[in-house]
Amino acid sequence: MASSETRTTESTGESAAGTLGQIVSVEAGLDALDLVVTSRPTFRQTFVNKIFPPIVALAVVMVVWVILTPIVDDPSKLPSPSAVGGEFKDAWLKGDLLGYIWTSVSRGLLGFFFALLIGTPLGLVVARVKFVRAAIGPILSGLQSLPSVAWVPPAVIWLGLNNSMMYTVILLGAVPSIANGLVSGVDQVPPLFLRAGRTMGATGVKGIWHVTLPAALPGYVAGLKQGWAFSWRSLMAAEIIANFPDLGVGLGQLLENGRTASDMAMVFEAIVLILFVGIAIDLLLFSPVERWVLRSRGLLVKS
Amino acid sequence: MTSQEVTTMATTLAKETTAAVEYAARLEHVSKSFATPGGQQLVLDDITIDVAPGEFVTLLGASGCGKSTLLNLVAGLDRPSTGSITTDGRPALMFQEHALFPWLTAGKNIELALKLRGVPKDQRRGRTEELLELVRLQGSYGKRVHELSGGMRQRVAMARALAQESRILLMDEPFAALDAITRDVLHDELTRIWGETGLSVLFVTHNVREAVRLAQRVILLSSRPGRIAREWTVDIPQPRRIEDAPVAELSLEITDVLRGEIRRHGQQ
Repeated sequence: MASSETRTTESTGESAAGTLGQIVSVEAGLDALDLVVTSRPTFRQTFVNKIFPPIVALAVVMVVWVILTPIVDDPSKLPSPSAVGGEFKDAWLKGDLLGYIWTSVSRGLLGFFFALLIGTPLGLVVARVKFVRAAIGPILSGLQSLPSVAWVPPAVIWLGLNNSMMYTVILLGAVPSIANGLVSGVDQVPPLFLRAGRTMGATGVKGIWHVTLPAALPGYVAGLKQGWAFSWRSLMAAEIIANFPDLGVGLGQLLENGRTASDMAMVFEAIVLILFVGIAIDLLLFSPVERWVLRSRGLLVKS
Repeated sequence: MTSQEVTTMATTLAKETTAAVEYAARLEHVSKSFATPGGQQLVLDDITIDVAPGEFVTLLGASGCGKSTLLNLVAGLDRPSTGSITTDGRPALMFQEHALFPWLTAGKNIELALKLRGVPKDQRRGRTEELLELVRLQGSYGKRVHELSGGMRQRVAMARALAQESRILLMDEPFAALDAITRDVLHDELTRIWGETGLSVLFVTHNVREAVRLAQRVILLSSRPGRIAREWTVDIPQPRRIEDAPVAELSLEITDVLRGEIRRHGQQ
């Protein structure tokens, strides 16, 4: 038994020395086998999967509209696509179209920017300080379900018919969304990341900066996206109600002007523009950021 | 000395590494209990372990032996109820899950550890490349965590732990979630890296063969509460393979004792 043990030990030493040499190649082989191949979709795939379907949907809507117009046969109820198109053309030729859009978009984005400056530290405090969370956490989530149009009357009484009133309404709509997004983002940070961070010396402010905030980014970005949607809605509500010549004509005022003039084509024009701008900002600004955040973490499911 | 004094001493000692330290980690009469609805529950009972500089020690035990609690205590993530723990500097810690930050690339994960340790910016990139080379992942600096396989992730995690330049590396079942083929390869890698760096390693596992394959000393913990049941010195020369007869033989012996320990719980 003793001799056999010695023999095994010796041969172990030899074979193990050989093993160590082989390990490099075995490891390289394993790495190659396990390699995750990631490839971005081609333009053709993107076109077929992402761009083509909405074009079809839009075409169907237009066809239904064209068919319905002669059936309804009342331009004050349902204007023809060409009448609405004419409104766009007139506004464009008069040079007003971009003005309408810019008035609203600049208000919306500036308001959103302020909401960002207030909502982010607020969310961080609510997420991290237990007392604050217990005190205003429920109110903050409750505020999200309050339609922001409800803030327009008090804002008009407090501030009058001016831009500050518009920004106030935007803030009240967007701040809770942004803060809540950050809170849920922080809540979902895996405790393992915090432990790993602490063993590396990321405690206190360093821990928040290097671990908590980047880990909470997906939730935060989702909150920003929702915050923008809320900003835009709040602004439209404010513009429709607070119609005052000195404020300039934004998309909400355009809609209201169409209603007072009983000009259904103008109403349709305004609605299409409001929808278009809301979608465009989301597609051009927030969705790319969100996709980048998720893709870089491997969280985007490839379809 | 009261336990209070000892605990205070433990917290201060990490900073005052004076003359030659004859241990990388020293646990003296460490106990830990947690408050539960049914009263205080003792998880670790009177654990005394010395890990010498450059020594590789595995802690072996079934579930409920408080292995992970013990590592948390040594890592300074939690405090012992009584007794003292002193370590030669802040220990590095590796988990069963890689715990790499998915918002950073493999290289940036390692650089963050260097940054938090205060390594100047111009040295970080070079040091990171060196560490990646040490775990044989040269060229993976810019890879995202999700693009790496499980084994590669644990190697990056190892490089990140090594970036802390700790004298002692704590490993909490780091290979338990890997497939057997990858695990074998990583055993070889760990043995090599341990040999090259001269680190002390305190390695927690429930895998007897893994414990014998890697360690110079195997400490068996009993369960509920965790106590040191027995200790073995493993003098089979490295590099070993998990299939080697002496490894299997000692594993068999340890397994028998481990099963004896587990059996006691069924009889209670």
